[in-house]
Amino acid sequence: MNANAVSGPVIELRDVCTRLGTQWIHQNIDLRVERGDLLALVGGSGAGKTTLLREMIGLQQPTLGEVLLFGEPLQAGHRAERFARLRRMGVLFQQGALYSALTLYDNIAFPLREFGGLLEEEIRALVLSKMALVELKPQHAKLMPAQLSGGMVKRAALARALALEPELLLLDEPTAGLDPERSAGFVRLIRELHASLGLTVVFVTHDLETLSSLANRIAVLAEHRILAIGALEEIQASKHPFIQKFFHYRTTVDEQAADS
Amino acid sequence: MVQAKAHAIALAKSPPPHLRHEGEHCVLTGDWTLLALKPRLIMLRARLLFHGRSVKVWDLSQVSRMDTFGALLLWRAWGLREPETLVLSPALHPAFERVRGVAATPVETAHVDWLKPVVLLGKQFIGAFEQLIGFACMLGMVSIEAARLFVEPRSIPMKEFSAALYKTGVQAMPISALVGFLIGVVLSYLSALQLRNFGADALIINILGIGIIRELGPVLVSILVAGRSGSAITAQLGVMRVTEEIDALAAMGVSIHQRLIWPKVLAMAIAMPLLVLWTSTAALIGGMLAAQVQLEIDWRFFAMSLPHVVPVQNLYIGFAKGGVFGVAIALIACHFGLRIKPNTESLSRNTTAAVVTAITAVILLDAVFAMLTRGIGVPLR
Repeated sequence: MNANAVSGPVIELRDVCTRLGTQWIHQNIDLRVERGDLLALVGGSGAGKTTLLREMIGLQQPTLGEVLLFGEPLQAGHRAERFARLRRMGVLFQQGALYSALTLYDNIAFPLREFGGLLEEEIRALVLSKMALVELKPQHAKLMPAQLSGGMVKRAALARALALEPELLLLDEPTAGLDPERSAGFVRLIRELHASLGLTVVFVTHDLETLSSLANRIAVLAEHRILAIGALEEIQASKHPFIQKFFHYRTTVDEQAADS
Repeated sequence: MVQAKAHAIALAKSPPPHLRHEGEHCVLTGDWTLLALKPRLIMLRARLLFHGRSVKVWDLSQVSRMDTFGALLLWRAWGLREPETLVLSPALHPAFERVRGVAATPVETAHVDWLKPVVLLGKQFIGAFEQLIGFACMLGMVSIEAARLFVEPRSIPMKEFSAALYKTGVQAMPISALVGFLIGVVLSYLSALQLRNFGADALIINILGIGIIRELGPVLVSILVAGRSGSAITAQLGVMRVTEEIDALAAMGVSIHQRLIWPKVLAMAIAMPLLVLWTSTAALIGGMLAAQVQLEIDWRFFAMSLPHVVPVQNLYIGFAKGGVFGVAIALIACHFGLRIKPNTESLSRNTTAAVVTAITAVILLDAVFAMLTRGIGVPLR
């Protein structure tokens, strides 16, 4: 690992352009995610937020441009190096993506077993500590994913994403499908983990509540590019019509409700 | 926030984990995290095992980073309790907090249940019984729907029916023709070698005619279709269950038996006899060509004498078999498709079960056919 890999940004997108079919989703996107960031990717539906997240994971290749993870190109190096790079990152998919054939316990233990070199008792202790971390009870360990509620699926998937103690956490719609109380709890949980584990977090969201309470930087994705990036106050101060509409939508709804 | 960021940056520039033993105390330095520990795990484990309980003073103040695994490794080495003197920077406290409670939980010992074989056997029986009941219910529902559609033909789902006919019938034509043709060639070639020994060359027409039209054609097509369309039907219904499309249909007041199952069963009932005719023809053509090459039986003579040596009832039996097998395959595939639960394991298990059951059922039904039609269409001299 070179010196650059250590001190540079965790994720860097350089001139990323993406074309799906005949449509350009992204055009010349430049983005740097620094260590310790809690970066939110926001934008309208179909703006390509999830696509951008998938490009960071390497599930999708940008048409043009480059994605650097921990200072190294995503596809650089041998198979083992690429996989080792991916292990430094945890991903929470929108639907949780728990392995439906495995129990909750085995789902969280899976990355640890794949990692190798750990004793079964250590795996057990680590899984239980991760479950405690996301407030899952030990008696839930034997449940199958199909038996879990939406909130439990999210928390179990988060525990799995955290199993290998990643430096970087990518979350796709972390609070979608959770009730407000659970959603607030989930946000608090991620904040605590961010503080105590020194994580870098990138997340995609639609939810203004999650956005304002979780993010310390916000990137607004619209019109195929990143319109603005910065802290919430800076973004809200922007005069761009899309951003104005996006951030003041809720207040207009409230006013309409008050009028009628 | 600024603090967290500085913390994170500091963490990234850390040296590998190291354990230094100096007389009465151990000094730990570097990055005690899962990823950093991995390459040195065997050595460190051995050294921790050696020093863990004997050394009383542990200095962790120079550890740059420690995750749950690092803490767990030490905690277990210390025998699940703190050593007498522990120098710990406050940043490491949370990692030990997380480990403290869980490290002591014992691994559950699986206790032996002597009744388990009995329970499993019982479950198998009850499962088979439930399958039968489920199948009977579905058969009943489909029959009722068929009767209802007979009374009000306007609600016949024509589009679904034609799509199913195209998928199970038309699209199966190339592969069934190819397989039929090759089987015909092989069968004719192998029989010809034997028949020539007895000088009974002309009997090749009887053998191929009755064998293919009555038996081989329908069974061959059924096995192909069970593997091809049967699995497709099961998987399709299964995925529709996973994506809640079946629930959405039910919520709209649309009968799944009418919309999904009935068209498939009817399409198979119609497509299968036609496929049987098609495949048997291909097999006979293959046999005819092989007989021409091997036994020098002119293909025109083969074609001319076929109607004389093979009674036409054999063709009807072949059609009937095709139709019955088709209905059986469709019903079995739908039955297993509707039993799929929303997980990958269930999807694969039921798809396999559907194909295996369909092929077994086809062969059983074929035996029943053979018994019922033993006096029909076989020329006795």
